Amino acid sequence: MTTTSHPRRVSRRTFLAAFAVAALLIAGIVSYAASSSPDGLDSATLRGCETVEVNGAEELSGNCIAQHATDHAMASSPLADYSVRGIGYTNGIAGVIGVLVTLAVAVGLFWLIASRRSARSTSSADGGR
Amino acid sequence: MSTLTPTTTTVAMHMSDGIINAPVSALFGVIALAGLAFCVWRARTDLDEKTVPMAGLVAAFIFAVQMINFPILPGVSGHLLGGALAAILVGPYTGALCIAIVLVVQALLFADGGVTALGANITNMALISTFVGYLVAVAAYRLIGRRSASVGRLGVVAFLAALCGTVAAATGFVVEYALGGAAAESLGTVAAYMWGTHALIGIGEGLITAVTVMAVARARPDLVYLLRTQARTSHDPIGVPA
Repeated sequence: MTTTSHPRRVSRRTFLAAFAVAALLIAGIVSYAASSSPDGLDSATLRGCETVEVNGAEELSGNCIAQHATDHAMASSPLADYSVRGIGYTNGIAGVIGVLVTLAVAVGLFWLIASRRSARSTSSADGGR
Repeated sequence: MSTLTPTTTTVAMHMSDGIINAPVSALFGVIALAGLAFCVWRARTDLDEKTVPMAGLVAAFIFAVQMINFPILPGVSGHLLGGALAAILVGPYTGALCIAIVLVVQALLFADGGVTALGANITNMALISTFVGYLVAVAAYRLIGRRSASVGRLGVVAFLAALCGTVAAATGFVVEYALGGAAAESLGTVAAYMWGTHALIGIGEGLITAVTVMAVARARPDLVYLLRTQARTSHDPIGVPA
């Protein structure tokens, strides 16, 4: 059950690579198996409404919180709704792009925070290696 | 193709614009900004060359897992929020920043979660769920994990932390709706429904969090913030000596 004598069986690099591969596989492949039902928050806002087709567009009839929702400012984004330009079955590609963008933004921000700290702690003005 | 009437989308996961009125949205925008600024300040002590890659991957991993909606009731699904998971792996301050980055990328790039609702969404999922999850994790770890630490016990700790963090995030929405809900739906109805669904979502979130934390603890216990910082005096089989 417990690892005793050798708690480090995996090198740091191998571990980080495996973690990255897991994220890419989940976003790129497992995402196709995800449920398309509204989630808990969404279904809370949809209570009391029914979705009806009006001239090819979905509209809400009835009385619910979601009717107060306004259109998304980024609705025209090429990746809106986790697809690439609205093309069917591109969910996984959008997911992989999202993982890579999130990783880049996070590493960039965290590296910046970490290097500001080392700039403070060392007397040299040359922070961030 | 956006019409003048809001349309329901199949993959919207977070609060849209217009659900909470403008003043309350702005108020939570200020709260979120203040909270994140505090996290940046505190995260400086947690971030170095060793922890930055791990923290970046935690954010990317949570983005990926948030795409996986699992069914909880007929016609209702749920997905991981990730606050407790991030807090256990990289600490609450860096963890809150991880979730905030995910939410900003989702809102700006994937049109998921309103831009004016970002403050409320960040408050609920990045701040409340991460810090409640972390506090529960520390308390539970001291109660059941510290004396005879095992990966299984750590899994139980992670499950409890994630369950509590998810219900706390749902409570955040209930408070925001009470303060500035745009609709006439009664608060009691909304609260009961939110807590009910999020207790179920929390079970799913708890299982995913437990499996992930256990996998990391088996491979590299030194990369689990909770194990690193909750130093024990006893000889502990899965932690590493400080």
